[in-house]
Amino acid sequence: MLLNIKNLQAKVEDKQILKGVNLQVNAGEVHAIMGPNGSGKSSLASVLAGRENFEVTGGKVLFDDKDLLEFSPEDRAREGLFLAFQYPVEIPGVSNINFLRTALNEIRAYHNQPTLESKEFLRLTRENQKLVEFDAKLTNRSLNEGFSGGEKKRNEIFQLAMLNPKLSILDETDSGLDIDALRIVANGVNKLRSDKNAFIVITHYQRLLDYIVPDFVHVLYDGRIVKSGTRELALELEEKGYDWIKEPVTSASI
Amino acid sequence: MANKSDDILEEYSSKEYEYGFVTNIEMEIAPKGLSEETIHYISAKKQEPQWLLDWRLKGYHSFLKAEDPHWQNFDLPKVDFQGISYYAAPKSSAKFKSIDEVDPELIATFEKLGIPLSEQKILAGVAVDAVFDSVSVATTFKATLKEHGIIFSSISEAVKEHPELVQKYLGSVVPHSDNIYASLNSAVFSDGSFVYIPKGVRCPMELSTYFRINTENTGQFERTLIIADEGSYVSYLEGCTAPKRDENQLHAAVVELIAMENAEIKYSTVQNWYPGDKEGNGGIYNFVTKRGVCRGANAKISWTQVETGSAITWKYPSVILQGDNSSGEFYSVAVTKGKQIADTGTKMHHIGKNTKSRIISKGISAGEGQNSYRGLVQVGTRADNARNFTQCDSLLIGDRCGAHTFPYIESKNSTATIEHEATTSKIGEDQIFYLNQRGIDTEKAVALIVNGYAKEVLNQLPMEFAVEAQKLLSISLEGSVG
Repeated sequence: MLLNIKNLQAKVEDKQILKGVNLQVNAGEVHAIMGPNGSGKSSLASVLAGRENFEVTGGKVLFDDKDLLEFSPEDRAREGLFLAFQYPVEIPGVSNINFLRTALNEIRAYHNQPTLESKEFLRLTRENQKLVEFDAKLTNRSLNEGFSGGEKKRNEIFQLAMLNPKLSILDETDSGLDIDALRIVANGVNKLRSDKNAFIVITHYQRLLDYIVPDFVHVLYDGRIVKSGTRELALELEEKGYDWIKEPVTSASI
Repeated sequence: MANKSDDILEEYSSKEYEYGFVTNIEMEIAPKGLSEETIHYISAKKQEPQWLLDWRLKGYHSFLKAEDPHWQNFDLPKVDFQGISYYAAPKSSAKFKSIDEVDPELIATFEKLGIPLSEQKILAGVAVDAVFDSVSVATTFKATLKEHGIIFSSISEAVKEHPELVQKYLGSVVPHSDNIYASLNSAVFSDGSFVYIPKGVRCPMELSTYFRINTENTGQFERTLIIADEGSYVSYLEGCTAPKRDENQLHAAVVELIAMENAEIKYSTVQNWYPGDKEGNGGIYNFVTKRGVCRGANAKISWTQVETGSAITWKYPSVILQGDNSSGEFYSVAVTKGKQIADTGTKMHHIGKNTKSRIISKGISAGEGQNSYRGLVQVGTRADNARNFTQCDSLLIGDRCGAHTFPYIESKNSTATIEHEATTSKIGEDQIFYLNQRGIDTEKAVALIVNGYAKEVLNQLPMEFAVEAQKLLSISLEGSVG
């Protein structure tokens, strides 16, 4: 099993955000996590990636049989966990390419691999640019600076392609994308899918799942996964909305 | 969450100063204190001509009359001028004919600092003048430069060999009465570099001076004089370090640049004097007067500075744009962390017609550092169509530091165009986390962000030094997340 989340609980400041999440992800699988706003979807991604302001209050996360929560954020990345951000930040003056080279070599150093030669790095860059249809001009610009929303999201997928992680979490990658950009991003992900890696796709709408077809769909509500199913669950949610999911939880908690 | 940030901040701001070692070498040191006698002593030690002694004495009398400035954005510490020794030289040093005569201990010191003095080993294309406390110990590549008619030597040597040039230009840009520290320098300056580039010559290599303060309780008062004759070009770089000491040491240098018609001078500084410890004990007071004049038409002077050291940095490299169509540039990165203070910027005096100036200042404050940009753009009545562009950016790391901007504009000509832009930003936790999430640790993340921020200025440095400066920025600023 690649990822095993057991009864994960976390809070921000004094607010309990995750109240016992359980989830198992195997290599080769794509899981979608859906749910209404404020249900804890992005928080789950942040907790897994190790964002500082989230405090884990209970539970366990095994990543490739290692205790993920013991690792620093950078070591989680080096172990092969990738988060495609909902709001990628801009870093002025740092070129995209220089940033990627640093990232790639840091990850390689962690695995005792030698620094990638320039020629090899450039070959890899070109190959992946093509694969995810990423504009070569953007590669040499400052990291996300002045990028449109769509370009930022595509840059996330380009980075994903370059770093080749075991587990990728896409945090509402579809938000703010028009249909063409959505298709390009989804195509990129589909090309990168293999039996060695896995994806967790966090989304509010089922639209993205027309393009990235998930093996499993989970509904996160009020800090817990309240329902799991296959693709059909997403279609059902699209049709009925989230209200029918909310009810049983609310009544159960009374 | 705040606690974790503080820890990181703590860790990085306690980063050791790398160049804090002391060289044990026999020194000849003047008794502490400043009087006419001291000046006679220095002048005699250096076997100077009468005119120079007289000029020093004028400087001394200006110093006695001068008052401390009062406009700076920090509390001026009381400097005990009588507690300083104004001359210190390695004993064996009287004069070195060749590098072989230099004390091996001294050569080792410069090697340790990454400044090899033997010409075979030196960075290709860079000639170095090394100044240790009060004297210049070696100047490399002299012969090669001589073939082009270029004079690159210590100023003491120039006084002996080219007195007419020194006498003509010394004090012509920064007069002995300019300000209290310039007056002090005029009275007691020990050594420094002298450069003369003849008409039409493009200096084939970077010229570089490396300053090192070693002896306790001494000040360093070097004087640099660069003259680029008509149509010539020179790029010059200075670097500086000092050992760790508990008490403060004074560094009051003067740099004068003279660019004649169609000449260009590019002056770069990578300043890394000892900044003092975490509590603010010790460190160098870096009170320096730097000024250039574009004498003739189309002359160009460009200052680039990377200031990471010193307890207090206080200087405004300036350009007097006298010739028509002349231009002045100022590119600066100033870093303050711990309890460091920097009050730095530039002055651009537009006198000639169509004169241009460009100011790019990037301040970086971390820890409890205080960083001020202070700049003056002055346009005179004759300066038709003068143009200035100023951009001052401040980057804050943590919440205990400060950034301040004091731009002054005085225009007496309605055809002038003056633009000013300013920004303040913080290194965000989001930026750090983003880089962490890509496998880059916090130390490297901050180095990336800071170097990206300072890129526009670093790009102005000669290649080898840009790499050094980048490393220096990374070392002095690692982390400091807020």
